[in-house]
Order: sequence, then C-alpha cells, then structure tokens
Amino acid sequence: MTSAPPASAITAKPRPGDRVFSTATVVAGTLILVTLAAVAIFLVAQSLPAFTAESADFKGDADNFWQYVGPLVFGTLWAAALALIMAIPIALGIALFISHYAPRRLAQGLGYVVDLLAAVPSVVFGLWGISVLAPAVQPFYTTLTEWFGWFPLFAGPVSGTGRTILTVAVVLAVMVLPIITALCREVFLQTPVLHEEAALALGATRWEMIKLAVLPFGRPGIISAAMLGLGRALGETMVVAMVLSPAAIISFALLQSQNPTTIAANIALNFPEAHGVGVNILIATGLILFVITLAVNMIARYIVDRRKEFSGAN
Amino acid sequence: MSVLTSPPKSPVGTPVANSLTAGKLPRYTAVYVLIGCIAVMSLVFAMIAVAAGSDFNIVASVFLGVVAYVVVIWVLSRAVEGPRKASDRLVTALVATAFTIALLPLISVAYTTIVNGLPRFDIQFFSESMRNVVGPGGGALHAIVGTLLVTGMATLISVPVGLLTAIYLVEYGRGRLKHAITFFVDVMTGIPSIVAGLFAFALFALITDDPGIRFGFGGSVALSVLMIPVVVRSSEEMLKLVPNELREAAYALGVPKWLTILKVVLPTSIAGIITGIMISIARVIGETAPLLIIAGFTTSMNYNLFAERMMTLPVFVYTQYANQGADTQAYIDRAWAGALTLILIVALLNVIARIVAKVFSPKTGR
Amino acid sequence: MSKRIEVNDLNVYYSSFLAVEGVSLEIEPRTVTAFIGPSGCGKSTFLRTLNRMHEVIPGARVQGEVLIDGNNLYDSAVDPVLVRRQVGMVFQRPNPFPTMSIKENVLAGVRLNNKRMSKADADDLVEKSLQGANLWNEVKDRLDRPGSGLSGGQQQRLCIARTIAVSPEVILMDEPCSALDPISTLAIEDLIEELKQEYTIVIVTHNMQQASRVSDKTAFFNIAGTGKPGKLIEYDDTTTMFSNPSVKATEDYVSGRFG
Repeated sequence: MTSAPPASAITAKPRPGDRVFSTATVVAGTLILVTLAAVAIFLVAQSLPAFTAESADFKGDADNFWQYVGPLVFGTLWAAALALIMAIPIALGIALFISHYAPRRLAQGLGYVVDLLAAVPSVVFGLWGISVLAPAVQPFYTTLTEWFGWFPLFAGPVSGTGRTILTVAVVLAVMVLPIITALCREVFLQTPVLHEEAALALGATRWEMIKLAVLPFGRPGIISAAMLGLGRALGETMVVAMVLSPAAIISFALLQSQNPTTIAANIALNFPEAHGVGVNILIATGLILFVITLAVNMIARYIVDRRKEFSGAN
Repeated sequence: MSVLTSPPKSPVGTPVANSLTAGKLPRYTAVYVLIGCIAVMSLVFAMIAVAAGSDFNIVASVFLGVVAYVVVIWVLSRAVEGPRKASDRLVTALVATAFTIALLPLISVAYTTIVNGLPRFDIQFFSESMRNVVGPGGGALHAIVGTLLVTGMATLISVPVGLLTAIYLVEYGRGRLKHAITFFVDVMTGIPSIVAGLFAFALFALITDDPGIRFGFGGSVALSVLMIPVVVRSSEEMLKLVPNELREAAYALGVPKWLTILKVVLPTSIAGIITGIMISIARVIGETAPLLIIAGFTTSMNYNLFAERMMTLPVFVYTQYANQGADTQAYIDRAWAGALTLILIVALLNVIARIVAKVFSPKTGR
Repeated sequence: MSKRIEVNDLNVYYSSFLAVEGVSLEIEPRTVTAFIGPSGCGKSTFLRTLNRMHEVIPGARVQGEVLIDGNNLYDSAVDPVLVRRQVGMVFQRPNPFPTMSIKENVLAGVRLNNKRMSKADADDLVEKSLQGANLWNEVKDRLDRPGSGLSGGQQQRLCIARTIAVSPEVILMDEPCSALDPISTLAIEDLIEELKQEYTIVIVTHNMQQASRVSDKTAFFNIAGTGKPGKLIEYDDTTTMFSNPSVKATEDYVSGRFG
C-alpha cells in the first residue's frame, strides 16, 4: 500500500478534496456489493411463487418445480461438460503452441487471431451453428449411429437436422476456447525462465521441459481457466436456444432429435410469451443457474487456494 | 496405415566416433511426411470420389492426412530417434494440429457471415426500420440506434462505478471491505448474462409494479451488471502497474492524495484503462439474452430509453432468424446482414482499443 | 566419470552481435576451472555454450568447435538433449521446481529416462545424491516438503543434488554463490572441493577469493569496451594467475587495480 502523504501528517484538518474523492470510491465499491445483494434478493423474491406453483402452471407435464427444473439442470451440466471435454485439450494445445512452440515473432499475432474468436457475438455463433455446422455434421452423425450405435452415447435414431446436443457442445467449445486459451497462455508465458533452464540442463526434451516446469507451474491457472470456461458454457444462452431441438428429457444420447435443453436457453425461448406465474417459474430456474455458476466459481477458488503451497508463489 | 513414403531407415550422416549423437531424422522430414500423408489421403479420396461418382471430400482428406502424419512421424521417430524424442515429436504435431483446428471455425464463421451478410448490407439496411415490413426490404436502423443507446447508457453507468471501485481497491482499500469487494467482483464476473437480464426484469417489475415491463434502460442496467466487473478488473490491473515511486514523488512535493491520483496515477495508466473499457464494451455489445428479456423487441424506432420496447442489433438478428415470415430468404438475409454489422462494430471497437493503447501509452523513450 | 573439454576458436553470436570471440582452451578431467572477468565479458555466455544452453536464448549461435573427449558438441547430428545429460548445469539463482517436493526434485532428471525405477532404487539415489551435495542430514526428515521451502543455500545444494543425480561427466556452475550468504557460500565451496574427485567442474565467479580457493586453473576474460566482443585473455594455473600472471590486464584485475 502507498505510504500516507506527508502533508496530512502536518495539517490536522482533512482536505475536502481528499474526503470527497475517497468517499466516492468507497460508495462505488459498496454499490457493487449492494448490486450483487440486490440480484440475489430480487431473484429470490420473484422466484418464491414458483415453488408453490400448481401442475397446470408448468409447460409440459411436470407436477412441481423440481420436476420441471430437473431435466434443465441436467441439460445445462451435460452440455457444458461436453463442451469442456472438447475445449480443454485443444485450448492447452493452442496455448502451448503460442507460448512455447511458435516462433516468437509470430506468437503475438497468433494470440490475436485466437482472441478474434472471443470477439464474435454469441448470436452470430448461433446462426453459424444452425446454418453451417449442423448440416455439415449431420451425415457424419448418420455414419456414427450406423457404426457405433451399440455405444449408448451414439444410440439412434439419428437426428435428421444435426441440431443435437453434440453440435451445441461443439459450438460452445469454440466459444470457450479463446477464454481458456488466453488465460493458459498468460500463465505459461510467466513460467520462470530459471525453471525452464533447470529442466533443459537436466537433459529434457522440449516436451519434457513443459511437463517438468511449465505445466506444474501453470496448474492452478489451468484449473481456474477451465472453470471460467465452464462458467461461460453454463450460462451461454443464444447458441443453445437457436441450435438445439429441445425436449424435457434426461438423456445421454448425443445424436438424437430429442435433447435435454439448458436453463438459459429455456428462459430465452419461453420468456417473451410467459405471463403470470410462468414468469416466476422462469426466474426461479434462473436463480438455480445463478447458484450453479456461483458454486463452480467457489470450487475453482478453493482448488487454486489449496495448491498454493506448491505453487510458484513462494 | 500403409502410407509410408520411403522412410529413411538409417540415421543419416552420423560420424561413428561421436558418442553424443543419437539417431536423428533428417531436417525436413516432418514437412515431407506431412505433405506425403495429405497427398496419399487425397489420392485415396479422389479414387473413392471417382468410384462412387461423388464430390471430392477435401476436408476429410486433409483431416485424415494430418491424423496419418501424427501416427507416421511418431512411428518413424520412435524407430530412429527413440521413445523420448518420439513423444516430443508427437506432442509438437498435436499442438500444431490443435492450433489449426481452432482456426477452422474462425475462418468458417468469418466466411459465411461475409458471404451471407453482403446481399443485404446496403443503404436501405442502415436507413430504414422494420415497421410495416412483411417480406423483403426493411432495415435495422431501429436496432442499431437501440444498440447504441442501450450500450452507451450501460457504459455511462459502468465506467464511473467500475473505475472508482478500481481506484478504491488499489489506492484506498484495506481490510474487510477490500476483500469483500475483490471477492464479489470475481463472483460478478461469473454471472450468466441471462441471469443479469432476469435481475433487471425482477428489479423493475417490482419497482414499477408492471409484470410485463420492457424498456431500454432496463437493458442498460442488465449490461452494466455484466460490464462493471470487467471494467474493475482491467482498471485495477492497470492502476497496479503504476510504480509506487511516482506516487511517493508526488507526495514528497506536497500534493494531496486525491490530486496525486487524478494528476499522476490516472494519466499514467489512462491508455490501459481506456483499452479495457473499449474491450468491455465490445464484450457486452453482442449480448443477446438479457436484452431479449428486459428490452424486448419491436419493429419501430424508439429513441426513448425509459419507455416502450427497444430493439437492439443482436436481438434483431435473433428475431429475424427465429420468426421467419412467408418470404424466408428475406428474413435470413437480414439476420446475416445484422450479424455482419455486429461483427464489424465489435472489430472496430477492438481496433480502436488497440490504437488507443498505442497512442496514449506513456512515452517511455524506448 | 569425468571428461576432458577442448574448445577450438569459438565465436558466440547473439543474432549479428559477436559476444565472445576466438576462445580456445583445454580443460583437464577432474579439475576445477574458474572463469573470472568483469561483468558482460562473456564468461557466462561462453559457459552456456559448453552444454548448448545458450540455444535457449533466441538468436544465439556459435562458430567453432567444443570437443568433449573428442566428440564435437556442434556436429550437425548431435542432440543437445544428450549433451545436457552429460554436461550438467547449476545456475546463478537456485531454481528447484516449486511444484515438486525435495525428493521429486532430486529425481526429476532421472525420471525422464528411467520411468520404471523401483522405490528402493529411487530412495537410494535420493540419499546418495543428497549426501553428495552435503544436504542429506538437513533434509532427510522432510523429503516430501516442497523444495522452495528451503533456505537459499540449501536450495542451491538441492539443485546440485538434482544435477549429480543424473550422473553427468561435467558440471557447469554459473556464479552459484552470488545469491547466497557467506556461510552458505562456504558450504558450496567445500562441496565443490569434494565433487572434484568425480567430476570435471567449470565455475564462473565474480569473487576472486573464491576462484583462488576452489580452482586448479583460472581463465580470465575481458572486453575492450561496450559493444566489443569478449575475449579470453589468459588461461593458466590458478596459483600462477594470482601470483605471477603474464598479462598486465590480468594482474590489474586480480589485484583489484581494474578500470
């Protein structure tokens, strides 16, 4: 922290400018806390009617709120998990390519190219997913069900449009890719040269150097990057709303036309026409989504903190 | 995998006397093997195409060619250079492949958006609203105006709050409050955009007692919730970069703390702060879900943030696609034109951010 | 277990800048050779060329030859990874891997080649290496604690243990004591004395007393001015170098009448 200004030690009377300015900053900071509390309070307040809603108030044939939200929670987690499984290895590859493989002169430009992916609005990814990706992968899905239909994930009947949860997960993976990549890249670039040289001096190849020095150093960073990506994938709305052909089911099948949808997409699709207690039900599902993302963030923080002793910090 | 293109069997040019040499593949082996694998796969697919009378599948041949390359280089290297070097080569191949894979969607998105967006990227698109338009024609002027108003208002809310909070965290903050704010800014970063929309809706529905409320300012509030944590984070990083010596030098001259911050700390970091703000604007300007919920959609112009539904560009793209009328193509064309406009706006903001970072950065004389 | 090093007319460049020019010298096995000279004279750069570590810095390249027992390090077919296994290196600042325990740090290099090592063998090697680095008694009760928790001098000895665990022929030390306090420095110097029985040691140091205490032969490097390449001025037995050097610049430098 900065040392106290010598001036204030001499003059006993506080300057009005100082007081106004520091109060303003405190107010701004407190406003953030108030806002977050307001988010929680208003969401809870508007959600309450949903928990006592009658069976007739729910779209579909759920009897109570928990039956209604169950498949949505499943779909949210399932789609995000699929997206992360695809995105993390590729993101690590890209980050390593930029930080340790590409020629240094190229590296910055390549990083910028990947950042461009983050600049594409989600609604554009939705359009792309539905009009380019889904038709392109549909024949591939057909082949997959023909050859590997015995495997539960690839069980038929195959969707005729390609608008399945796997397609959604691919688009989600593309969207979280730049987030994970950017963070990992930063962390990898910060690996102390001392440690890299220590590994090389022991006779390590480049990959062994990365295994010895770069990945262990970056592990907390990789985890928090993945969790950040997970948070984005959980909350992503438009891609799922546009690409998926949804149903209120719990199913692990990746290639069928009946897919579990996500909380966010369900809200976006139904909110414009919702009225009465229907609005409260949708807000309540939003509250559940908020709690899930909150939990993910907390877990990420916990993991990062727990590894501190062995991290590069000391 | 019988696609080996004359593998060099023996390590080339090894002087027997030197014990430090291991088997080593000739210098450009990797390049040759890659070209060879893709060529062989292309040949295979070309024969399939001729035999089946179908189109030549270029994506599949390149993809399988790369897969074959990864396998071949690993086998070759394992045979000639040993397992350690082989895994090194394998990872190099995989890492480069990962980067190439990431480029595919980027190129595809850019290409389809430009090709599909250009047909309606005309003057009419930027000069007319969708009022009373059924079928072709019409434009997105109402949506562009709405986006500028909503995002502009969100910026007006977020920048003072975010910047002042960052100053608090770096210059004044200590103890509990600082920790709480740091923690909850992190939490706020993780709020899903649709939840921000629901919050704004819940807030204003209670305040105005109107269960079907839709208006532009609500959208600004929702976007602010998403934007403030980004502004805080980036400004905080920039303020932390200002060396303490500068502050102490100012104090030593008898300058009060608040003037030190305004005249010394902020000007030093202004380039980074503005860049961060531009990037946060670029991030929220493409948000669809919260605006769909609280700002709603309409076909008419609306310049008033505080009354009536207000169309925004991302929502325009979505509604054009989701509610296709009788003349489907006209709606799809408008959706893509909107998408192209949106991407151009975001790209422009990013470019400006970069220029600002260059121009305003303190002259270090290096 | 130690090798003879022969350097013939070596030039080191950073991109187009010539950093070290025309160095030729011979280092006998099982001796300690010290490189001394003012800052920026290229002695560290030259040291790093002896196990091709300079290649880590972009743009660095070398002309000439370095022979270790007659094998040229810069032959086109030579694998730098193999070179570094035979020529270990200890750096200026201690750099144990922060994410690994003391034990894992010692085994880090060995695990690269010999993945299936029995637990007993591994424990033996850890003990042997740590004893070789005079660290065993201080850390034997906390082998599973992170290496970064040790003091600076202990960390440096841990790095030496890690280096000798892969049983190299030559150990290069780049100012290994410059970040340490006098007592830790003494411990490292004693260690160097013992390591000499088995390894060829080359050490870069700014400390003239250290050079005279630990080394058998001393090489003095100097530069004519900024932007000029560093050169080997004189290379001889340490006693000769410090008592009766044949070049005036060496005499000025070792007696402190320099610059």
